[in-house]
Amino acid sequence: MSLFKARVFVHLRPSVLDPAGEATRSATKRLGIDGVTQLRIGKSIELEIEAASKEDARSKIEIMSDRLLANPVIEDWTLEFKDEQKSLKN
Amino acid sequence: MNIGVIVFPGSNCDRDVRWATEACLGVPTSFLWHETTDLDGYDAIVIPGGFSYGDYLRCGAIARFAPVLNSLISFVDKGGKVLGICNGFQILTELGILQGALTRNKNLHFICDKANLSIASTKSFWMKNYKKLDSISLPIAHGEGRFQCSSDVLKKLQDDDSVALRYFDNPNGSIDDIAGITNKNGNVLGMMPHPERACDDVLGKIDGKSILSALLS
Repeated sequence: MSLFKARVFVHLRPSVLDPAGEATRSATKRLGIDGVTQLRIGKSIELEIEAASKEDARSKIEIMSDRLLANPVIEDWTLEFKDEQKSLKN
Repeated sequence: MNIGVIVFPGSNCDRDVRWATEACLGVPTSFLWHETTDLDGYDAIVIPGGFSYGDYLRCGAIARFAPVLNSLISFVDKGGKVLGICNGFQILTELGILQGALTRNKNLHFICDKANLSIASTKSFWMKNYKKLDSISLPIAHGEGRFQCSSDVLKKLQDDDSVALRYFDNPNGSIDDIAGITNKNGNVLGMMPHPERACDDVLGKIDGKSILSALLS
């Protein structure tokens, strides 16, 4: 088994209004920065998972992302592995 | 007639529901801890409002995996009557028993108010004391009540007569002014407004009584 570090980024689908993002965008003007045309807020979930291979880790994280971390009705997600795997000593 | 009210860590309307069903309507009501799996002997299950498991991640996202909800799926399949109120509605959508999802109110505020509602469908068991387009007023109290779904799902909900309640003055940005929906068979109703808070004359309006008294007839 190896330990894999990964990050799942969950964000609202483009068609779903993000009022928190809009409120934050309006604050950028008050900060004095013009030209921010789009600002949307998502969640970053960092996790470590033990798996036999990177493919195995990927398929487990995909199930988690579809069924727990994101709600596919309103959210999309992307997955990235953070760094090289570490071997686990049993 | 026996009613079970599911209690999660973080539920806060469970006692209100029991007050409405037992004290106001006289229906025997028990609390069901979220770890139970036995729903035998219950005619109806209510999932009350609150913040189940703290509503971390998303409203209802963690509650959805509670042992009691596995049993609820077969309870629904067998035609058992289920009412999800507020957080209960959110949990039913996370569970996939009801379609769509509920997310942050458009104005970002937690809204605690009265909402004027129109009965959009009487297909559901819970709506049998109403006529279509009847008007009622119920309390609302939520931060994440904006009902969202794809245009395909919305069309299906409309075609199936599954939109149960609409807001007259949409407070949260819900698509199609939706305040509550039912499943295709009509035995499950999910709604953001709180009928259990409008069953006792002492509290003012009693418009919620007609929904819960469907259990009596």
